[in-house]
Amino acid sequence: MLNKQELSEIILKMVPEATFPEGTQLTEVIVPAEKILALAEGLKNNKETAFDYLISLTAVDFTTNMTVVYHLDSTQFRHLIVLKVVLTDRENPLVDSVSPVWATAEFHEREVFDLFGIRFNNHPNLKRLFLEDDYGFPLRKDFRDEINIIER
Amino acid sequence: MSEEIIKDVIVRENEDYIINMGPQHPSTHGVLRFEVCLKGETVKYLIPHIGYIHRGIEKMSEAITYQQVIHLTDRMDYLSAHINNEAVCMVVEEAMQVEVPERVKYIRTILDELNRIASHQLWWCAFGMDLGALTAFFYGLRDREQILDIFEESFGSRLLHSFNTPGGLMHDVHPNFQKRTKEFITYFRKKLPEYDQLLTGNIIFQERAKGVGYMSREKAIAYGVTGPSGRGSNLACDIRKIAPYGAYDKVQFDEILMTEGDTFARYQVRMAEMWESLKIIEQLIDNIPEGDFTAKMKPIIKLPVGEYFKRVETARGELAVYVVSDGNKSPYRVKFRSPNFSNLFVMNELAAGGKIADLVAISGSLDLVIPDIDR
Amino acid sequence: MGIGIKSMEYEDFGDNESLELLKKTGGNVFLSSIDSLLNWGRSNSIWPLTFATSCCGIEMMAAGASRHDFARFGIEVYRASPRQADVIVVAGTIVHKMVPVLKRLYDQMPDPKYVIAMGACAVSGGPFFYNSYSVVRGVDHVIPVDVYIPGCPPRPEALLYGVMQLQRKIKGESISSPTETDTDKLL
Repeated sequence: MLNKQELSEIILKMVPEATFPEGTQLTEVIVPAEKILALAEGLKNNKETAFDYLISLTAVDFTTNMTVVYHLDSTQFRHLIVLKVVLTDRENPLVDSVSPVWATAEFHEREVFDLFGIRFNNHPNLKRLFLEDDYGFPLRKDFRDEINIIER
Repeated sequence: MSEEIIKDVIVRENEDYIINMGPQHPSTHGVLRFEVCLKGETVKYLIPHIGYIHRGIEKMSEAITYQQVIHLTDRMDYLSAHINNEAVCMVVEEAMQVEVPERVKYIRTILDELNRIASHQLWWCAFGMDLGALTAFFYGLRDREQILDIFEESFGSRLLHSFNTPGGLMHDVHPNFQKRTKEFITYFRKKLPEYDQLLTGNIIFQERAKGVGYMSREKAIAYGVTGPSGRGSNLACDIRKIAPYGAYDKVQFDEILMTEGDTFARYQVRMAEMWESLKIIEQLIDNIPEGDFTAKMKPIIKLPVGEYFKRVETARGELAVYVVSDGNKSPYRVKFRSPNFSNLFVMNELAAGGKIADLVAISGSLDLVIPDIDR
Repeated sequence: MGIGIKSMEYEDFGDNESLELLKKTGGNVFLSSIDSLLNWGRSNSIWPLTFATSCCGIEMMAAGASRHDFARFGIEVYRASPRQADVIVVAGTIVHKMVPVLKRLYDQMPDPKYVIAMGACAVSGGPFFYNSYSVVRGVDHVIPVDVYIPGCPPRPEALLYGVMQLQRKIKGESISSPTETDTDKLL
């Protein structure tokens, strides 16, 4: 099991632009959007980290930007890490898909596209999962639906 | 809408026959639609369509308080309702740095294991019924009623309790709780061998389950399959062992792993887990410490600014709760990583190449609860 | 004289007045021997469709199991095909994506057909009434409902009571004005 210091060293060798916020519950890494696929492959194939299990892939809408959050775990060493990609473009947010690395990412990314509108490059089948084709993106903070939502 | 070529290997030929299984179907255990492409009786590929019970629980959580979110988590995977509630309670308690009393930890663990047995009993009924063994339905539900009686005496409700609250429990359990649970343990120990006599040793059932739906360990990791379905493929993924919570670090129990990876292995994992749960309850039921049933909490709960993450082991796999808080009394964003969402999408790999009857057996052995997929 | 069911007292049924008023005032309702024979047959063998979307489905299964057996009320089997079913028990939340499916199932059922809305979600949207963007607030926006059963989830005994109320409603029908309730005469 690696601690935060060792993980940061390994990640900085792969992606020198990564930053590590302080004071968080788990080890967090913020990477730029174009390096996420390289980092994902590196973390999975590296013998010391072996992050082969993607727990969840989700997104959070902070009103100035949207952040895609990846929670990773290793079945061999059982250490957790959180990767974050910050997207500032709200009209057309775009990031690489990590489905070549973890097969389950394909469906998590479809859910993120359905609820937030974030598109993924090189995704095998980017279609909506839960909602109809012409519905908006409900989990965004500026989403309003006068007809269907009854507010309290 | 789904007429185009999905992956390179899937090509429509002239003799392909596409039918829909669901959303209303007795075997899909909820509203799930499979678009199945058949050639004769053999399945070429299948595409699951979901969203028929998508209620927007994650968006609703952003407008209500943390105590109200617990009532919504009941309705996600309603067969492990207690364990879902405990996950959200633990996130709040860890964030506010509140230490729950020992009595609460013991009672929560005992109720978790009772809930796990009740969920596996219902799985067994439904699995037998799918394969045509209708007697299994009545046996399982007869025994499940004994557990529901215990729940009803303490909480007032059979299925969706919302008994956990941040800081502890809503109120103390009934004085008869210990006695009735011990009676149930002796009763069920006599009944479990009947389940093996009825179904496990049956030659017809074994022919339908052995060798069907083989899932390798690498595939289970790649698709994020956890819980008994993953343990049937030799993947050690029990959160109760990896990151123990509640009173799990005080009990001895085995993690059941099978190497065959087919439907029969997943079946055996769940049957053995029922025995292990009885062992856990037996170790805890006589030693419940006295004390408060809740720690002191303010009526309005506001988490400090930050992000929190917690995992629990439900009856179907690993549930992870990820909360982003901005200091208000409602969460800013809640994400529930549900086990059934990941377990479902491995169906195409398992069922392709088999017959339709095998598809029913595989989806029964993966034990899917559909409202958990759609949230 | 009230419409009764053997082995349950007349006074034990709640809300009897509207059914009695209906029988007195609605149309040509008079119970001839043909009517009573048909209604006896129809009410004592209602076969439902297997339709359960979420948690209420588990309580419906428990009502069919050995402790609260509802085969003794005439619900002998569940039919998987809507062409062979009499009643659809909508147990669980209905979402916008599911509405065309539910309507099509209802249209495929042959007359006389009945609808029971089981659980708070089917009655009015239930716990998802506020702040949800995809839940239909009550299944009676889609199909006409005969009996509403509140509860989240309702106990199996509540489902049995609902089925008994449906049986009483069927016994008040007549072949001259089938399944039409003349509500103007009630007001």
